[in-house]
Amino acid sequence: MKVLVAVKRVVDYNVKVRAKADGTDVDLNNVKMSINPFCEIAVEEAVRLKEAGVATEIVAVSIGEKACQEQIRTALALGADRGIQVETEGGVEPLVVAKLLKGVIDKEEPQLVILGKQSIDGDNNQTGQMLAALANMAQGTFASVVEVDGDRLKVTREIDGGLQTLSLSLPAIITTDLRLNEPRYASLPNIMKAKKKPLDVLTPGDLGVEVSKHLTLVKVEPPAERKAGIKVEDVDQLVDKLKNEAKVIG
Amino acid sequence: MSTLVIAEHDNESLSPATLNAMAAAQALGADIDILVAGAGCSAAAEAAAAIGGVGKVLCADNAVYGNQLAENVSLLIAEVAAPYDNIVAAATTNGKNIMPRVAALLDVAQISDVIAVESADTFKRPIYAGNVIATVQSSDAKKVITVRTTAFDPAPADGGSASVEAVDAVHDAGLSEFISQEIAQSDRPELTAAPIVISGGRGMQNGENFKMLEGIADKLGAAIGASRAAVDAGFVPNDMQVGQTGKIVAPDLYIAVGISGAIQHLAGMKDSKTIVAINKDDDAPIFQVADYGLVADLFTALPELESKL
Ligand SMILES: Cc1cc2nc3c(=O)[nH]c(=O)nc-3n(C[C@H](O)[C@H](O)[C@H](O)COP(=O)(O)OP(=O)(O)OC[C@H]3O[C@@H](n4cnc5c(N)ncnc54)[C@H](O)[C@@H]3O)c2cc1C
Repeated sequence: MKVLVAVKRVVDYNVKVRAKADGTDVDLNNVKMSINPFCEIAVEEAVRLKEAGVATEIVAVSIGEKACQEQIRTALALGADRGIQVETEGGVEPLVVAKLLKGVIDKEEPQLVILGKQSIDGDNNQTGQMLAALANMAQGTFASVVEVDGDRLKVTREIDGGLQTLSLSLPAIITTDLRLNEPRYASLPNIMKAKKKPLDVLTPGDLGVEVSKHLTLVKVEPPAERKAGIKVEDVDQLVDKLKNEAKVIG
Repeated sequence: MSTLVIAEHDNESLSPATLNAMAAAQALGADIDILVAGAGCSAAAEAAAAIGGVGKVLCADNAVYGNQLAENVSLLIAEVAAPYDNIVAAATTNGKNIMPRVAALLDVAQISDVIAVESADTFKRPIYAGNVIATVQSSDAKKVITVRTTAFDPAPADGGSASVEAVDAVHDAGLSEFISQEIAQSDRPELTAAPIVISGGRGMQNGENFKMLEGIADKLGAAIGASRAAVDAGFVPNDMQVGQTGKIVAPDLYIAVGISGAIQHLAGMKDSKTIVAINKDDDAPIFQVADYGLVADLFTALPELESKL
C-alpha cells in the first residue's frame, strides 16, 4: 500500500521559546529548527511498514516555506521514497493544512496517512482529525500500536483512562503518540542518498485550495512567572513547610 | 448568542471535566445547552440537567454513539450545532479526538486548550509547551473550542432542572469499530482533578519502586503521575504521563520525585499551587520551579517522608 506521511518544520524541542519584547509573536531568530518529534515517529512507522512488506511506497509531504524541504529531506533520509512540498507563505492554520493534505490525498490516493498527533510549536492537536473529516476517512488518533489486518487497520490508542483498540476501514488516518516507536537515526549514506530522491513542489492553487484565515494572533506574552523557591535542609523541614507555611497538608 | 457544551461521561455519570467545560461556557456569557451523546446514557443526561444554568439537555441515545467513535459523534455534533454560536468541550483525549473533526465538518477553525475567555471571540491559549501564552481572535461565525480543564474551576453540579430533549439523529459513518478498552482501575483520585499529585521519573529506576510513592499517596489522598521517561521505560502506564503531550495537572501540591524538569514535563504541572522537588542533582532544572526543593537521594527521602506524614 502507498503511505503518505506529513512532516512539519518546528522549533527544536530543546529550545525554550520566548515571546518578542513587543508581544507581536514569538522570537524565532537564530533558533534551531527540526522535524516535529511526532512527525519523526510517523515517518519511522511508515518505514517499518515498508520493511515489513506492507507499505510499497512512502511519500513525505510538508507544507510551508522553502526551508521545510530540509525536513522533507530528513524524512527521505529516514526511508521515505519521495517528497512533496506544498509551498505557502509562513505558517498556515491547521484547517488549511488539512485542506492542502486532502488535496494531496486526492492526487496520490494513499491507503494510509500518518501524521504526528500534535506539533510542538502550536500544540493544536487538530490536523489529523480535520483531514480525516475532510477525506471522510476513519481516524486512529494518539496511536501507540498500529497493525494492518487484511483490509482493515487495528489501532491501539492512548486515551485518558488507559488504552483503547479500534478497527478502522482503509484508507485511514493515523496520528502518532510517543510510544508508537522509537525513531532511528539517519545514516550518513542515507542522508547522501536522500539528496537525490525526487521532491516535487506544489502550490495551494495546484491543489485547488484557498488559503483562508480564521484566527488572528492578537498578542503573545510570557506565562505567569513562578517565584523562586527555597531549598529545604531535610525531610523534617519539608514536612514543616508544607504543614505550616504552604498549608497544603494536614 | 448560545453555546452547546459537549458532555464527557460514561453513560452513567458525567466526568468532572464536563463541569470545567461548563465553567468556560459560562465565561462566554451566552445561553448554554448540553449535548449528551452515548448509548444508554439517560442517567448521564439527568446529571447534566441538574447542572445550574443549563437551558436544556440534548440526549442522543443510540448504540452508534456508545463508544464515542469520532467518525459518528462528529457527524452528530456538526448537525446539532446548527443553531449554536459556540461548541465547547473539555480538552481531554476524547474532546481532542472529536472536536477538530467537528470543526472541519463545519469549515471553521478549532481553538485548542483555551485557558481564558477574553471576550466572545478572543481567547488565551498556551503554545510552545506553555512557554508562551497566545491571545487569538476568531473570525468564524461558529467557534469550536476545547478548554484546558485546570484553567477553569468546575461549575456547580447542581442547582438546575433543565429539560431533557431526545435527539433522534443516527449517524453511523461505518468507518471504525470499537474492539476493546483497558481502563486503569484505581481507588485514588483522578490525576487531573486530584488536590495532591506525587509523580515519579526516571530516577525511580523501575515500576516496583513506584510503591514508595503509593505509600505517600495513600497518606495524602494523592494521585500518582509520572514523567515521559518513566512511562517510556515501562515503569507505569501511559495514562499517568504528565506534560506537554500527556496530562495537564494543577493541584494544590505537586511533588516531583526523580524528575529532572524538562520543559515538556513542566508544561504539564507548573500551574500547581505548591511544587516540591526531590532530586539528588542540586542543578536539576526542576528546582527552578519548585517552592520547596530537597536535594536528596529519593531512596532515603521517600521512606522518611512517608513515616513523617
Ligand atoms: C515531543 C516530546 C514530547 C514530550 N512530552 C513529555 C511529557 O508530556 N511529559 C514528560 O514528562 N516528558 C515529555 N517529554 C520528555 C522530556 O523531554 C524529558 O525527556 C523527560 O521529561 C525526562 O523525564 P525524567 O525527568 O523522569 O528523566 P531524566 O531527565 O532522566 O531525569 C531523571 C532525574 O532523576 C534524578 N535522580 C536519579 N536518581 C535519583 C535518586 N536516586 N534520587 C533522587 N533523584 C534521582 C536525576 O538527578 C534526574 O534529574 C517529551 C519529549 C518530546 C521530545
